[in-house]
Amino acid sequence: MPLNKEQIARRIAQELQDGFYVNLGIGIPTLVANYIPEGVDVVLQSENGLLGMGPFPYEGDEDADLINAGKQTITTIPGSAFFDSAMSFGMIRAGKVHLTVLGAMEVADNGDIANWKIPGKMVKGMGGAMDLVAAAKNIIVAMQHTNPKGESKLLPKCSLPLTGVGCVKKVVSDLGVFDITPDGFRCIEYAPGVTIDEIKAKTAGRLTIADDVKEMVV
Amino acid sequence: MNKVVAGADEAVKDIPSGATLMLGGFGLCGIPEKCIAALVKKGINNLTCISNNAGVDDFGIGLMLQGRQVKKMIASYVGENAEFERQMLSGELEVELVPQGTLATRCMATGYGMPAVFLLAGIGTEVAEGKEVRNFNGKDYLMEYAFDSDFAIVKAWKGDTQGNLIFKGTARNFSPLMAMAGKITIAEVEHLVPIGELDPNEIHVPGIYVHRIFEGKDYEKRIEQRTVKKKQ
Repeated sequence: MPLNKEQIARRIAQELQDGFYVNLGIGIPTLVANYIPEGVDVVLQSENGLLGMGPFPYEGDEDADLINAGKQTITTIPGSAFFDSAMSFGMIRAGKVHLTVLGAMEVADNGDIANWKIPGKMVKGMGGAMDLVAAAKNIIVAMQHTNPKGESKLLPKCSLPLTGVGCVKKVVSDLGVFDITPDGFRCIEYAPGVTIDEIKAKTAGRLTIADDVKEMVV
Repeated sequence: MNKVVAGADEAVKDIPSGATLMLGGFGLCGIPEKCIAALVKKGINNLTCISNNAGVDDFGIGLMLQGRQVKKMIASYVGENAEFERQMLSGELEVELVPQGTLATRCMATGYGMPAVFLLAGIGTEVAEGKEVRNFNGKDYLMEYAFDSDFAIVKAWKGDTQGNLIFKGTARNFSPLMAMAGKITIAEVEHLVPIGELDPNEIHVPGIYVHRIFEGKDYEKRIEQRTVKKKQ
């Protein structure tokens, strides 16, 4: 069975290490915050100007002056800090944020990513995605392996306008976990019940299978 | 030195049609809602607006779009606004999309007196088209220019009569950067206090950058995405 969104988020949460500062994008990446492993202390960065993002407030406690980058009402936690948008992207650019998790429409086997624009459709803008992918040390993409038509979103080359070049390090899809290597996507884990043949059939980009490939634990 | 003006109408009275404005805020968080209302009332047009977002249909910069007051929008993300989409697709509205960090840093460069900065964001993408590229330590960077902004309009939590400003929570976002970047900077605040009441250690923007200040009444502070947990 391909993974659902919660399972993709749960698998990505296993990549978190104690002491990490982490930026989570909108969508599946946001869910990663629900699965931070016991004993792992991470600080969530919200690029609109907050380190130490807490959970949603209780009903009645919401504050219009306290939102995340998805414009949702949130809370602070002990140790939180606010700052302006230049400092926020300054810390991202300077490599202080250890891990960025974001969604993608397409990823190429060299690590290129496209997630902001579909020609001919309304363009809403790139927000902070281009800054994040250009600068983050480690980028994990959370995505569906195929589009609704069943076509691969893991490609030899992105067909959509790029957000960043050669920047993605790892993809966690509903079918498996893939490192980006000089030889393209390397499958290191497959989702429970998903076969290597299915992964091969649904991956258009260059693909190798790790010698020690194993079933994902989610 | 007293920079206090009576209210929003007086603060924006000399902003002409065709001006370039910076407007603070992220989504609807921390937007200068009183000055936006005054600009709508004043009815000037052909404005170039630099702001991270363009509001929603019936609040924020969206109100200025309804009145066809904006000629060009420079922003990083412009969803959530049907009238914006209509004007953009019909060609009535010129739109320049800028990566969010680049937008913030270009505002910062203006306030710090720097003509340009070199940034990684957008390298290898269509954002890089037509821009000068410089290589530092083996990496390519885009040269991004500071903005030239006639007026900056921000909303702060507290301010004093000399224009010192303190922001609250994530309503800070672009506002300090823009406050530093206007040829004329207008600050509307929730609490205007006499000089000496704000702790100098806690000032986010020193008053040297601020030209006009007033206290706004009855802030709506609309929430765009109300996300809450149920109390147990």
